[in-house]
Amino acid sequence: MSLLRRIAPQLVALLILFALVSVVFPGFLSVSLNDGRLVGPVIDVLKRGAPVALLSIGMTLVIATRGIDLSVGTTMAICGAAAAAVIAAGWGLPAALAVALAAGAAAGLWNGVLVAIVGIQPFVATLILMTMGRGIAQLITEGCILTFSDAGLAFFGSGTLLGLPVPAWLWIVGGLGVAALMRRTALGLLIEAIGINRRASALAGVNATVLVIAVYVAAGLCAALAGIVVTADIRGADANNAGLWLELDAILAVVIGGNSLLGGRFSVIASILGAMIIQTIDTGVLLAGFPPEYNLVIKAVLVLMILVLQSPRIAAEWRLWRDSQRASRAAAERRQAS
Amino acid sequence: MLLTVRTLTKAFPGTLALDGVDFDLAAGEVHALLGENGAGKSTLIKCLTGAYLRDGGAMALDGQPIDPRSTVEAQDLGIGTVYQEVNLLPNLTVAQNLMFGREPRRWGLIHTAALRTEARALLTQYGLDIDVDRDLGSYSVAIQQIIAIARAAALSGKVLILDEPTASLDAREVEMVFDVVRGLRERGLGIAFVTHFLDQVYALSDRITVLRNGRKVVTERTADLGRMALIEHMLGRALESEVVGQSAEGAGATTQPMLHFSGTGRAGAIEPFDLDVGRGEVVGLAGLLGSGRTESAELMFGVRPAQTGAARDADGPLDLSSPRAAIAAGFGFAPEDRKTDGIVADLSIRENIILGLQARQGWAKPIPRSEQNRIADDYIRRLDIRTSGREKPIGDLSGGNQQKVVLARWLAMNPRFLILDEPTRGIDVGAHAEILRLIHDLTDAGLSVLIISSEIDELVAVADRVIVVRDRRHVAELSGERVTADQIMRAIAATDADGAAA
Repeated sequence: MSLLRRIAPQLVALLILFALVSVVFPGFLSVSLNDGRLVGPVIDVLKRGAPVALLSIGMTLVIATRGIDLSVGTTMAICGAAAAAVIAAGWGLPAALAVALAAGAAAGLWNGVLVAIVGIQPFVATLILMTMGRGIAQLITEGCILTFSDAGLAFFGSGTLLGLPVPAWLWIVGGLGVAALMRRTALGLLIEAIGINRRASALAGVNATVLVIAVYVAAGLCAALAGIVVTADIRGADANNAGLWLELDAILAVVIGGNSLLGGRFSVIASILGAMIIQTIDTGVLLAGFPPEYNLVIKAVLVLMILVLQSPRIAAEWRLWRDSQRASRAAAERRQAS
Repeated sequence: MLLTVRTLTKAFPGTLALDGVDFDLAAGEVHALLGENGAGKSTLIKCLTGAYLRDGGAMALDGQPIDPRSTVEAQDLGIGTVYQEVNLLPNLTVAQNLMFGREPRRWGLIHTAALRTEARALLTQYGLDIDVDRDLGSYSVAIQQIIAIARAAALSGKVLILDEPTASLDAREVEMVFDVVRGLRERGLGIAFVTHFLDQVYALSDRITVLRNGRKVVTERTADLGRMALIEHMLGRALESEVVGQSAEGAGATTQPMLHFSGTGRAGAIEPFDLDVGRGEVVGLAGLLGSGRTESAELMFGVRPAQTGAARDADGPLDLSSPRAAIAAGFGFAPEDRKTDGIVADLSIRENIILGLQARQGWAKPIPRSEQNRIADDYIRRLDIRTSGREKPIGDLSGGNQQKVVLARWLAMNPRFLILDEPTRGIDVGAHAEILRLIHDLTDAGLSVLIISSEIDELVAVADRVIVVRDRRHVAELSGERVTADQIMRAIAATDADGAAA
C-alpha cells in the first residue's frame, strides 16, 4: 500500500504519456502475439528502455548514499567490449558473461574506493572513470567495432523468453530482486541512514565505508548488464557509442522517480518507472512522426513538465490554493445560510 | 565612551538570546567578552555588526545613536570584524585582499602599481614585510589573520571586533597577533575580543565583560578580577554554596574495576591519560570548552584513533580503533553535536532507535518490524519521549526528545560503558532533570557512564568521580567527598604552578 502511494506520481505520469502518445499514434497500445513473441510499440518500449532501466537500479542506490556515478555509460562500453572480445577469442558464453560482470564490478570497486576511502567527491571520482573508460574500451576493441555472431550472447539483446524480450526480463527481474533485497533485509535502511547523515550513522556503528563501496559495485554490475544488452543487440562492441550519455538518462530516471539527489529515502521501483517514462517519450516522439530535429526539444519539454508537476513546492502551492478555495466556498455558503 | 550599548535585547523563537545587555567600549582599550557556549557573545557581536537586527535597546558610537542594518553599513560607521575563520579570498594576492572593493583607479581601471604601494604601506604599520603580490593562501593562518585585522582596521577605523582570532594559532603566532592588536590599541581603536583562552584574556585585555544565558553578569577591570572570580562568573556559581553530590556517598569503595585506559593520547588532541572506570560508576569530565574533554571521549570511542596507550578489561586488551570496534567492546557514545553527529534527521524515531542495533546485527539479519515496533514503543514509554507516534521523523522533535531517542538507540544495544558528551545541552529544564534521573537508574543496573558537561552542578549531582581537563591534559581527579563545585572550579582555574598543589 505504501509502495503504491510512493510510486503513484510515476504511474500517473506514465499513464498520461501512454494516452498522449495514443492520441498522436493510435496503434501505440496494440499488442499482438506473433510466433510466440509479443509484438507492439509498448513491448518495444520495454526492450529499448532496458539499458537505462538497468542503470537506474544501481544509480538509485548510489544517489541514496548522497553520491552520483557518472561513469556507468563508459562502464557499459568497457563491459560490452570485454564480452565481445572474450566471445571473439572463442572462450564461450559463460566466460564472456563472467568477464563482463567482473569488469563492471571492478569499475564499481574503483569508484567506491575513491569515494569511500580516498574521500574524493563522487562527482569528481566517477568523472575520472567516465573520461578514462572509453579509452579502456577502445584498447579492448583495438579501435574498431568488434563484431561477433555467437547466438548465445546475441540472445541477451534480441532473444525472447515467454513472449517478452530478454532485455525486458533482465530489468524486471533485476529491479524487483534489488527492491526486495533492499526492503526484506536491512540494507535499505542502512543505505538511507548513510545518505542522510553519514557521520551519525558511522558513530552508531553502521559500516558506512563498506556499504558505500558496495553501492558503487552494484552500479558497476548494473552497467555491465546494460553493456551486455546493447552489445548483444547489435552483435558488436562499439567502444565509441555504447552507453554514450546514458549516465545522464539514468540520473534523470532516478530524479523522475522522485528520489532526492541529496540522498536518503529511495525507491528502486520508482526509478525504473522513471526509466520507462523516458523511453516512452523517446519512442512516442519517433512514432508521432515529428521531424527528427524536434525530438530532443520535445523530450526536454515533457521531462521538465513531469518534474515541475512532481515538485513538492508545486504540490504545496496546489494544496494552499485548494484549501483557500474551499475556505472561500465555505464562507460563501455560510453567508447564504445566514 | 567610544561605543555604548544599552539594554540590548534579541529574541529567537524559544529563547531570549540577549536580555537587556549593557556593554561599553572605550577608545584605546581591549575589552574581553567572555562566556560559555550559548551565553550570547556571538549574538551581541552580530547585533553590533548589523548581521542581526536587535529587538530592543540602543547603541551609540561617539555619542551618536547607530542602527546598522548590514555588515557593510556597520563597516561604514567604523565597526569592523575579524572572525575565527579568515574570511578573505585566499586565491587573490595580499594586496588585492587588502584593497578589495576600494582599489586605487586610474582612467577607470585598477592602478596596479598604486595598489601595491598602498598595500605595502598599510602592512608596514603592522611591522609586516611580506611580498604583497603572492596569493594570500600561501601565507600562514597567523599572517592571514593579521592581514584580516589590517583590512578591518583600515576599513573601519573606530571599533574592531575580534571573534576568537587565535583559535587555530600556536603560541608564537598568538604573540604576533597580540602585538598587532596592542599597536591598534595605542592608535586609539576600541577593540572587543572574544576568546575561550583565559591566559590570553589576562595577557591582552584591559577590561572583561562576562555574559551568561543572555545576560550581562559583570564588567570589571582585568587587573581587579581574579581567575577564580572570573570562572565563577562564567559558570554562574558562587563558591560558598557547596552542593555535595547525592551519589557521592560511599561511592568508590564499592565499585569493582571494569575498564582501564592507560597512556591513551593523541598529539594535538589530548595528552596521554590514564583512566579506570568501575562497574556502575559515573565518571564526570569537567573543564572549559576546548580543554580536551570531547577529544578524550573521541579517543575512547575510536572516533579518532588513539596514537598511544591501550585499553583493557578483565578479559584482556580491547580494540578501540573505530566506533564499530568500540561498539563491539560494549561501548556507546552520545556525541555533543546532536544534530550533525547524533540523529539521522529524515528517519523516523523507530528507525533511529533500532539503527545501532541493526548495524551491529548486520544487514542480512533484519530486525522484524513487529520487534522494531516493540523496542521503539518500549523506549518511547520508558524514556517518556514526547511524540505523536514512533513513525514521526526525529528531526521534528524538540532537542530534549531527540537526545532521549539517541540515548534509546544506545540503551537498546545494552552497552556496559556509555559516554555522554553534554547530554543536557540545549534541553529544557524538565527534560534535563529526567535525563539525569535516567543516568542514575542506568548505573544502578550496572552500566558505567562517562559524562562530559559544562554544568558543574550537573556533574556534582551525578558523578561519583570527576576528572578535570585543562589545556588538553587531565590535570586533577576528585572523588568521594571532594566532588564539590568548589573543588572542581579550583582545579579548572588553577594555573600549572598551583595545579600540582591542588
